[in-house]
Amino acid sequence: MSAMHDQHAHADGEVHPLVGHLVPIRTLVLTGLTLLFLTVVTVAVRYVDVGEFNIVIALAVAVVKAVLVVLVFMHLLWDRPFNSLVLLGSIVFVVLLVGIAMTDTHMYRPSLYNGNAKTVQETLDSDAPYAPIAEDVTTGPIGS
Amino acid sequence: MSAIPTSPESHADGHDHDDHHGHGEHPFLAHHFDTPAQQFDSGKLGMWLFLATEVLFFGGLFAAYAVLRFKNPEVFAYSANYLDTIMGGINTCVLIASSLTMALAVRFAQTDKIKAMIVCLVLTFMGAIGFMVIKYFEYTHKIHDHLVWGPGFYTPPNEEVAMDVQTAPAEDVVAALPTFETAALAEASPVAAMYDMPPAEASVIAKAPVGPSGIADPAGEPVKAAAYPETAEEPAVKHLEDPRMPVGTHQFFAIYYAMTGLHGIHVVVGMIVIGWLIWKGLKGHFGSKYYTPVDLGGLYWHVVDLIWIFLFPLFYLIH
Repeated sequence: MSAMHDQHAHADGEVHPLVGHLVPIRTLVLTGLTLLFLTVVTVAVRYVDVGEFNIVIALAVAVVKAVLVVLVFMHLLWDRPFNSLVLLGSIVFVVLLVGIAMTDTHMYRPSLYNGNAKTVQETLDSDAPYAPIAEDVTTGPIGS
Repeated sequence: MSAIPTSPESHADGHDHDDHHGHGEHPFLAHHFDTPAQQFDSGKLGMWLFLATEVLFFGGLFAAYAVLRFKNPEVFAYSANYLDTIMGGINTCVLIASSLTMALAVRFAQTDKIKAMIVCLVLTFMGAIGFMVIKYFEYTHKIHDHLVWGPGFYTPPNEEVAMDVQTAPAEDVVAALPTFETAALAEASPVAAMYDMPPAEASVIAKAPVGPSGIADPAGEPVKAAAYPETAEEPAVKHLEDPRMPVGTHQFFAIYYAMTGLHGIHVVVGMIVIGWLIWKGLKGHFGSKYYTPVDLGGLYWHVVDLIWIFLFPLFYLIH
């Protein structure tokens, strides 16, 4: 196999691919170790109570890990920029979807009542009589 | 670039193979591409477009998660206690390690280290198996405890008794009951009626929780929900006995199974892809001149890792 590709051998004695970028093994392994370290960090933070910042920290660490995977493991750092554009495009639309859905949920939250919708509760009554029922179903909207 | 790619001038890079497939010195070059670089870039762009649809695919579920969690924060805070953070953490490490071996496999394919490539692909495959085995134990444990989506979440955890009631004729179940006014109840729900039997006759079944949905016992006193120490970190295994269970807790498990299940399907597909890469690799199909399938399969596997990187904190790291 290697004899067939002798013409690719460079001065450093390493065979180089016909196309694509060669990422050093050291870079790959260090990236993998960083990802494992960040996983341990994010699990440790779960046991520390910092209120609402728990999910912020957990998601921030997840974003850092994702960026590492995308740039190094998935070669986007050395790839054609258009591939990055394709990925960013999809992320933009996911952020739009989640963002608009959240805004909508937030807007209508005051008009929501506790407990299950009537049809849902009827189904639960017949199929799952042990489902808990909110005690203040009729007392008023959440947050009033 | 010449429109007639087979002209030797367009490949003045010193290659002199006596190969009559494809473009002479590039046996893997398809006829509709000018150069190996063009073929490689096209393949990568196609893969990235597919991965973008994968991101959008999971994006819908992430939106559903966001809405459910925003509307029911107490459900997520409560339900997260039923997930095993350590098991999820181990699975995260397994997936990251397999992502690393996949990246190394691409590197070894690029440098003609075919044996090392096969070893890395096999390690990646084993990582996928390890992930699915841990997932299997998590799922079976939850299903056993009736921590599932939909009404099944609210059926008693003792499957044997529930099964008996379901298969036995309704009259038999009613006949087996004491003489107090359970007939109407039994008609509505045989399981509910069995729940209401005196302890001597139904000792194996847990009692219903107290509250508006709680069922009065024959003496007319409300059934007491199981006493639960407020200081304990983990809730009781039988969630039906836990008076702290919020309304709509089954929604958490619905979105949990939807998201981790879809991810699990992707892991299985990844295993098929990696298995195929191992098979082709053993037959000597990949090397520095042509490793595109290894590269693209790797991209898919990294996206599987990427999705899990977000699923892990969203389900297992809720404080």
